[in-house]
Amino acid sequence: MLPLRRCTVENGGARLNRQITRVAGLAMGLMIALVVATTYWQTWARPALAERQDNEIQRVAQFQIKRGLILSPARVLARNKERRVQSRTFYFRRYPQGRLTAHVVGYSTAARSRTGLERSLNPILTGSGRSLSSLVDQSLDKLNGKPIVGDTAVTTLDVNGQRTALDALGTRCGAIVVLDPRTGRVRVMVSSPSYNPNDVETNFGRILKIKADCTPASPLLNRASQGLYPPGSTFKVVTASAALDSGRYTPASTFVDPGYCTVYGKHVNNFDTSRPFGTVSLATALQFSVNSVFCNIGLELGARRIVKQAKAFGFYEPPPLETPESERLPSGLYRNGELYDPKRDRNVDAGRMAFGQERLLVTPLQMAMVAGTIGNGGILMRPFVVKKIVTPNSKVRDHTRPTKIRRAVSPATARDVGEMMVRAVQAGTGTAAQIPGLRIGGKTGTAETGIGGSNVTWFIAFAGIDGQKPELAIAVVLQNQSLTGGATAAPIARLVMQALLTPTANP
Amino acid sequence: MSARNKELLNLGFAALVASAAFASVSIVGTGLVSTRWLGYVGVIFGLYLVAHVVARFTVPYADPTLLPLVGLLTALGLSVIYRLHPEDARRQAVWVAVGIGVLAATLIWLRFDYRVLERYKYLFGISAVVLLLLPSVPGLGHRVNGVKLWVKVGPMQFQPGELAKLFLIIFLAGYLRDKRESLARGRLKDLGPLLLIWGAAMLVLVQTSDLGSALLNFGIFLAMVYAATGRVLYVGVGIALFVAGSAALYNTLGRVQQRVTVWLHPWTDERVYCSINGKLEYRQNCDSYQLVKSLYSIANGGYGGTGLGKGTFKTVDGTQLIPYLNTDFIYSAIAQELGLIGAAGVLLLFMVLVARGMRIALISQDGFSKLLATGLTFGLALQTFIIVGGVLRVVPLTGITLPFISYGGSSILSNFVMLGLLLLVSNRAAATAVHR
Repeated sequence: MLPLRRCTVENGGARLNRQITRVAGLAMGLMIALVVATTYWQTWARPALAERQDNEIQRVAQFQIKRGLILSPARVLARNKERRVQSRTFYFRRYPQGRLTAHVVGYSTAARSRTGLERSLNPILTGSGRSLSSLVDQSLDKLNGKPIVGDTAVTTLDVNGQRTALDALGTRCGAIVVLDPRTGRVRVMVSSPSYNPNDVETNFGRILKIKADCTPASPLLNRASQGLYPPGSTFKVVTASAALDSGRYTPASTFVDPGYCTVYGKHVNNFDTSRPFGTVSLATALQFSVNSVFCNIGLELGARRIVKQAKAFGFYEPPPLETPESERLPSGLYRNGELYDPKRDRNVDAGRMAFGQERLLVTPLQMAMVAGTIGNGGILMRPFVVKKIVTPNSKVRDHTRPTKIRRAVSPATARDVGEMMVRAVQAGTGTAAQIPGLRIGGKTGTAETGIGGSNVTWFIAFAGIDGQKPELAIAVVLQNQSLTGGATAAPIARLVMQALLTPTANP
Repeated sequence: MSARNKELLNLGFAALVASAAFASVSIVGTGLVSTRWLGYVGVIFGLYLVAHVVARFTVPYADPTLLPLVGLLTALGLSVIYRLHPEDARRQAVWVAVGIGVLAATLIWLRFDYRVLERYKYLFGISAVVLLLLPSVPGLGHRVNGVKLWVKVGPMQFQPGELAKLFLIIFLAGYLRDKRESLARGRLKDLGPLLLIWGAAMLVLVQTSDLGSALLNFGIFLAMVYAATGRVLYVGVGIALFVAGSAALYNTLGRVQQRVTVWLHPWTDERVYCSINGKLEYRQNCDSYQLVKSLYSIANGGYGGTGLGKGTFKTVDGTQLIPYLNTDFIYSAIAQELGLIGAAGVLLLFMVLVARGMRIALISQDGFSKLLATGLTFGLALQTFIIVGGVLRVVPLTGITLPFISYGGSSILSNFVMLGLLLLVSNRAAATAVHR
């Protein structure tokens, strides 16, 4: 028998127990509060926390996924490099083509997140958003400790064409876009200066030090779809299309060129005022880029009609492409840094607008679409740079079919404007783009910025074998040029077209 | 089935669960299916078997769930620590071994009647204050992270605060058992010694700015005074004092202000003054870095968790995301890897432990035993609440250990003493019921 000492006050024990029960209740309450709080963070608050910028866990998780490759038809543009850090495998990106495809492919890094296709195709490249059956496979892989493997994207880019285009640009700042106007397939898209995406993670300082013939050099900017430039005379293609489609003009319509045009009582001069053309047809005016003619057409048609035609070509919306929307800017009239859609004709100086001034800003991609539409008989095709998506077990998950966006101009207008552009290359402002044996229609552009030697120069064109539909459409833009588009951009366009159209070049 | 046989069976279950945890951590860690982890589990549960055998002789009637619950918690803690820092796990395993030794010693020493402790209540009270003062003694004190909580003797260092907490509970249980009748009647004279010792302890804690322990001891004190006297007035006055004290601390200690600000607004949309580097930073990248990263870790667990060994605690280049992950923030590691199911399971283990402890208090026969069990159990619950609640942003974060799980020798040792005392109390209570 153990020694027992009874509670000093018998009913005191019962009172104590009542009080202890309350303390016990409080203790249990504290524990339950912890369960509730844990539930809150792990269920309710979870999605919001996962999206926070400073949440490295999510970033680490992304790097444990074996991203899908990015390919061109013939080359690897982005691949994975395995690195084991403390018993974990991480997959870092390498870009074998370096600066050649930097802007379209973009980069995927831990330090600076993602750009380009690496960003916009992230769900595909990381294998999320798959069908149910592959999700089941994926969770089985996860249980087996296998990494998630993303789908591979095959692009339409021509790496040799990219190289030719970048080499042709050299140290100049600018961009080149080449499309297949029949399908919308993007064959070349370069922006100069370019950068080596392999430097982004480890040697960003080197990218910051890149120099070119413009300040700031902005090597990360994709000038092809993010760069807004005054179109200069290349916009005359849009005005001419509007003029012919209106039915009020024919290519043979004649004008008297005094060397200037009068807008609100003021003179607007031709590029070269010393040599007025006298009596010219619309066709000749496009061939030699006579400002006064287009100025008068613009005043006659009104701003809204021209804007409507521009919209038919795709202006006023970001050009459809698979790159991130923030990397594609819409072309059009800009006021105070914002896209401006005039409600009335008198809101805008239609005369200046008609030949590419009046705060018109366009992207090279958009201008390539304009040239391509004319070459393609008036039908605007949806541009695309991703040809297909392939699963890790080599099944084609998605195949891009050429899609027509709309008919932008009538077939007759397209034919007539195309013919005028061909004449501009044969015997006009664009002769520097001639390639023997090919039918090339082009339009030059020289937008003066008011500072000598800092013109924005353009050349847009379509090209192909005579008697067939043109195989490519090109837009070349250069910054800080002292000469005209015909002298600077047209020769570069010729080099690139030659590389892409000559049969010996790689497909 | 006798209590001890039940205990053995429960230990078997605990060993099974712990084996799964160790296997998972080991397989993920090495990428190999090997049996090395079996050795680990074998050693740990071998130790618990020794404790079980000691319990058979010393406390045959004691509650059969306490030892297995603690075994499961320490094993889980070990596997998580092993997963985070294998080096620390080895040291922690040694501490668990020493802890079980201390448990056995406590059981053997007090096997006849632990109530002798009551006789030395004042000694315990004064010792508690002395223990708390030790880190401030020049030459003995050792500063870790700007707070002097450690005593260093040769290569050994320990936190006397953990032991002081137990001593204070023993003192309070003895003193309140003695004076609770008169206190309940409102004889304030009897409050004197109580307030003296306890007040001194609080002062030392506040002075060393060990706010977590101060809060813990304050809570234990109020709970025990209420349990003993049933006077809500004392609790009310205590809480009023607490509010006043907190307000005073908030205004005088920048550290307290910072903790509260971090608690209320861990994220900022604009850059604010950062006390760490003196520049303007987002608060989530500065003062609340730790808390915010820990919340991300918990959230990442979701319902099922990433699986033991597969959570993300390091950035891509291998740097640690959350500082003090295996001590103060071990719960956020558990929550990520085991998910809501596992984290709630761990909390449930604590809940069962608390429920058993309170049950022991209820079935005990004498006031001292009741108050002792209540104080020890409530201390366990409150300590868990303060640290886990801090990590979960329920209360401002103050760094104390998660009982039986966090890495840290002093904490493990004092918690094993606590376990020993609870076993002793429950043995007496159950034995009385059997022999009545």
